[in-house]
Amino acid sequence: MAHTEIDIDKVARLARLDLSDEEKRTYSAQLGQVLEHMDKLNALDLDGVEPTAHSFPLSNVLDEDEEQPGFTVEEALRNAPKARDNQVVVPKVVE
Amino acid sequence: MEYEPVIGLEVHVQLKTRSKMFTRVAYAYGHEPNTLTNPVVMGMPGTLPVMNKEAVRKTVQLGLMLGCKIAETCKWDRKNYFYPDSPKNYQLSQFDQPICEGGEVEIEMLGASRNVMGDHRTVELTRIHLEEDVGKLTHFATDSLVDYNRAGAALCEIVTEPNLYSEDEVYAFMTALRNMIVTAGLSDCDMEKGQMRCDANISIRPVGSKTLGTKVELKNMNSISGVRNAVAYEIKRQIRALTTGYEKIVQETRRWDPVALETESMRMKEESHDYRYFPDPDLMPVSIPAEQIEKIRSEIPEMPFDRQRRYMNDMDLPYTITSVLCPERELAEFFEEALALTKGKGEPKAVANLVVNELIRDLSAAEGGGRQSLSECLVTPAHVAELVLLIEGGVITKQIGKDVWVEMATSGKMPAVIVDEKGLKASNDSGELATIVAQVVADPKHEKAITQFKEGNKKALNSLIGPVMKATQGKANPQQIQQLMREAVAKL
Amino acid sequence: MPELYESTAAELSTLLASGQTSAKEIMAAYLSRIEQVDGNVRAFNSYDHDDALRQADASDTRRREERAMGPLDGIPVALKDVIAVKDQPLTASSKMLKDFVSPYDSHVTELLKRQGAVLFGRLNLDEFAMGSSTENSGFQRTCNPWDLERIPGGSSGGSAAAIAACEAPLTLGSDTGGSIRQPAALCGVVGMKPTYGLVSRYGLIAFASSLDQIGPFAQTVEDAAILLQGIVGHDRRDSTSIKMAVPDYRAALKTDKKWRLGVPKEYFGEGLDAEVRAAVEAAIKTYEGLGHEIVEVSLPTTDLAVPVYYILAPAEASSNLSRYDGIRYGHRSSNAADAIDVYYKSRAEGFGPEVKRRIILGSYVLSSGYYDAYYLKAQKARTIIRNDFNSAFEQCDALLTPTAPTAAFKAGEKTNDPLSMYLSDIFTINVNLAGLPGVSVPCGFTSTGLPIGLQIIGKAFEEAEMLAIAHAYEQQHDWGKQRPSL
Repeated sequence: MAHTEIDIDKVARLARLDLSDEEKRTYSAQLGQVLEHMDKLNALDLDGVEPTAHSFPLSNVLDEDEEQPGFTVEEALRNAPKARDNQVVVPKVVE
Repeated sequence: MEYEPVIGLEVHVQLKTRSKMFTRVAYAYGHEPNTLTNPVVMGMPGTLPVMNKEAVRKTVQLGLMLGCKIAETCKWDRKNYFYPDSPKNYQLSQFDQPICEGGEVEIEMLGASRNVMGDHRTVELTRIHLEEDVGKLTHFATDSLVDYNRAGAALCEIVTEPNLYSEDEVYAFMTALRNMIVTAGLSDCDMEKGQMRCDANISIRPVGSKTLGTKVELKNMNSISGVRNAVAYEIKRQIRALTTGYEKIVQETRRWDPVALETESMRMKEESHDYRYFPDPDLMPVSIPAEQIEKIRSEIPEMPFDRQRRYMNDMDLPYTITSVLCPERELAEFFEEALALTKGKGEPKAVANLVVNELIRDLSAAEGGGRQSLSECLVTPAHVAELVLLIEGGVITKQIGKDVWVEMATSGKMPAVIVDEKGLKASNDSGELATIVAQVVADPKHEKAITQFKEGNKKALNSLIGPVMKATQGKANPQQIQQLMREAVAKL
Repeated sequence: MPELYESTAAELSTLLASGQTSAKEIMAAYLSRIEQVDGNVRAFNSYDHDDALRQADASDTRRREERAMGPLDGIPVALKDVIAVKDQPLTASSKMLKDFVSPYDSHVTELLKRQGAVLFGRLNLDEFAMGSSTENSGFQRTCNPWDLERIPGGSSGGSAAAIAACEAPLTLGSDTGGSIRQPAALCGVVGMKPTYGLVSRYGLIAFASSLDQIGPFAQTVEDAAILLQGIVGHDRRDSTSIKMAVPDYRAALKTDKKWRLGVPKEYFGEGLDAEVRAAVEAAIKTYEGLGHEIVEVSLPTTDLAVPVYYILAPAEASSNLSRYDGIRYGHRSSNAADAIDVYYKSRAEGFGPEVKRRIILGSYVLSSGYYDAYYLKAQKARTIIRNDFNSAFEQCDALLTPTAPTAAFKAGEKTNDPLSMYLSDIFTINVNLAGLPGVSVPCGFTSTGLPIGLQIIGKAFEEAEMLAIAHAYEQQHDWGKQRPSL
């Protein structure tokens, strides 16, 4: 598969990451190289192979519905860059 | 050309669990900002989700109630998008293996009048899945504040097929769904508290067409009536747009403005969403064993429409009464308990009438707006049963019964005690009553009525019952009065 | 008599139990050692001198009152700066978290506190554990104590270098694709990655959730066993945590069992440095000499490691790192016009180049239209890799391989060539993909005096046996006892 051209602007937007033109050039080139290395996977016959999401298949890991103590407001907001009225302040949300 | 709307709904319901969906800190509505958080809720570095067993149980129960297929295995996926109310900037949700698939909701469409039962039909569901709620943003002029109390609350999303065709059907759907969920105790479904939310996808097409028109998504309806109004407005707007060409329908999200009573475009950048779903490596899949599913099924209470059918068929209760009693499980159970306490001597209709008329009136009249809950009310099923038996046994008259109700509702005393204390027993002294009847019959005021009666108008004497009742302070038995009155008139 | 700071944890524990020293003396010895050498090694991002001594003092009080809580009571343990300790900094060596103070404890630090360990010091790493050289730290470059011009390996470079430089008797690191074993090999110390699920990840800053595990660094296998014992156990806050009866790892080291040890031929092919090969082959001979059976096995999917790993890990990472947005915590750009701008600018300013590279790569392989071609395919290939290991383990009890293809390289040598940097993890990555335990033990030096590591890969949850195998080899040589001159 040829994928040396990746839409770096679209991906950067998905990742909410401002990239300089220089960064875009560098990453595009490097990622193209890395992705080419990944073509090794295309040679594999993966028909009927189940994907592995977890290295050990556990299931039904469910916790009882009980309340446990949580953060005080101070703990919750201790690392917040800006807080007011016990809430996190964010600049205006513009859609 | 005639047009018809096609509507599909996405209903979010906050499940009534003690702790959040993926961590064991408490969740409840109406707490001070950021007092219901912990490291997991705040998306602190290094934190991990663990599923809430009760949220899964409740969703399975909902699925069973609605006839869904419960997935053999379901899994959790990350829905990646950035927003300040989302602490991890991904939402734990279910993408391609939801917990429930298919299913349907029975709805009652509008009847010919309020007293007539409407037709029932079913609305098909696509799926139900579980996910986590987000926090709450409050917007100010120059910035916004974020409260993460709600973040991580257990939320299930019920998605219908596009097979609703009017605002009334949407209203009926929302009402039926809410009644079922509240009856089963899965959620309180208070839309004003955000416990139930609804997004509606609406499109318009020429009647007879099989393809769907341009879809508009409606948001921000915070009551079931609001949903109806918003959908009605949007249907009109779209039909007007199609017929006049004044406005073009575009695929967009519109917000219902409950004050202006219109929908407005949210003007969101409709950048094609690419949520990059992938299975959450921090959560394991869930497969609920068949015997557990059967156990959950056995715990489903009687659903409102089933109860209504039973009341109408087995107890011969009229539609108007059942349509008040059955949607509310507490009220219906109160009625059934009172009826049971009459040990077969009370008429279902007499018991139901007291509950539907007197009890609901009292509960609604309670101070502080909204309705008082049954548990706060002094009247118990035992009160109602005893009162019914006193009336039906002729111990007191219906008229006195109303006074007894008022007294027991304020003092909590049992009806028999009130009757005793106040000497309200129906008068059985036919001598005394006969004298009063004779006096009323002799009153020249009633001469005309007596003449009419003698001429064959059997109802003419009814106007004389009131004055007799008044003279006996309501204690007299109406049948006895009529009997004595006929005797007195015959003697004239 | 060697210096206190040169002792193993087992030795320190004995000295404490017999009253020959105090926790405070031990801590003070390490603190002065750090002051002496860390200016060169730069293993620590930070440490709290006074708090460390206070904790040591509390341990001494317990001991006086005969309330000491086991072999770790009073022993200093320094942590990779991705493991949360309540009220201590937690930075992931990223400018994004430069001022972050953890408001909670990880599961492992809760356990260690209960056992009286002195949790001091935050160890440097490649930012968010992404790297193999610790050059990607947002703060400083940690140096290899054997040659300060060279890298200590990574991402747990600080944890490995601190042991090699005798700045702590025990440290914890995390391993996603070799981040414990590779720096252990390059620094000449013992480092082990437990089976996925054995140690709770609650409180470990996630890199790739399906691969991450916390594990110990130490001078000896016995010390690693002692620290492992202290951090294992089920945790209901981690859905991937396993419930199992935990063996006594230290006691299990003493055995005269004979094992069948597999040597996968694919690990000795092209790209393996000749001196590394010679040292590992000599180690295999040592086992043979001890009467263990050596069998050649095949892991034909070995070369899938890098492609599979560099799809799965960045994909998970791109999502795991979304939470660093400057809203609830972390760096917030002062140039942002609105909330959305906060994301773009804070993340651009807070993350370093390798982190950005992997976020881009991960977002790309998950994006619409590419999921099946990359992510799903990689998950399927992961199944094949696991099956490969399962077949190999039908023929043997453990596998012997080199830990890294080369000894420590020079700083700056590979920074502009991500692919060649990624390929330096080739022998360790598959172990994470299969979820297996692995340990690196010193097995010699290059002609220029750089340490070489032998990797022993065990069966799932057979850490006791794997460590016993490592211990058997360790007893035959004194590679691990040699110290760099600083």
